[in-house]
Amino acid sequence: MIGYLWLLLPVIVGFIVGTYLEHQHFASIRAREAALQNRVFTYTGRVIPADIAPGELRLLAGSTVVSVDAFKRLAAKLHSFFGGRMTAYESLLERARREAVLRLREKADSLGATLIFGVRIETAAINDGDPRLSTGLELIAYGTALIPHGRPLS
Amino acid sequence: MILTTLETVPGYVTSAHLGIVNGSTVRSKHFGRDFMAGLKNIVGGELKGYTELLNESRQEAIERLKQQAEAIGADAVLNIRFATSSIAAGAAEVFAYGTAVKLNRA
Repeated sequence: MIGYLWLLLPVIVGFIVGTYLEHQHFASIRAREAALQNRVFTYTGRVIPADIAPGELRLLAGSTVVSVDAFKRLAAKLHSFFGGRMTAYESLLERARREAVLRLREKADSLGATLIFGVRIETAAINDGDPRLSTGLELIAYGTALIPHGRPLS
Repeated sequence: MILTTLETVPGYVTSAHLGIVNGSTVRSKHFGRDFMAGLKNIVGGELKGYTELLNESRQEAIERLKQQAEAIGADAVLNIRFATSSIAAGAAEVFAYGTAVKLNRA
């Protein structure tokens, strides 16, 4: 029995380090979101309203690939046996999605854009189901930034 | 060449519809990247190697989409979308597609 305990090591390390890193990440997300709150606005609408001043259109994307920690992976396995909400994955997806949107907004901000139109968010599983490879979830946020006083369209 | 996720380009009208254009690339990561990702699988969080890989792939897909659009004489590609799919163990396809159009000043 004792001999098998080392198998639990990744789960314990995952729980301690993973929980700490997740807290750190959420704190960073909140701080950066607060900084961008009145600077960059995102819209899912795919038509720019006529009363908005023209500018340069630029296709931008922000993305991140994340992995769940060993503890949550085990918790999720148990969860999927009983069914119901998988909270372990919910928080991972939430922070990854917010991170992707933040990266998109930060890119727009660095170009001097305050508006991003036609924003879409995609989720894709990488290496899904292959036990030999690490699994990841890719979250992409992309849209069209309107850069005021940019190079005129030609 | 205007690349956008919008349906119209402000200040312009669409004068011709040239059909769908697309660009894609299939990439796999090298061992070093996946090894680090394997460690990251224990503590969770961002797999930076993969993020970079897929970002490079997306640039490549967009570049191919643009070349295709230029080849048929388009002025813009509207309504661009991205899709990522895991097609084989360790390989991912990044795909971009949109509608190529010719534009006239409104």
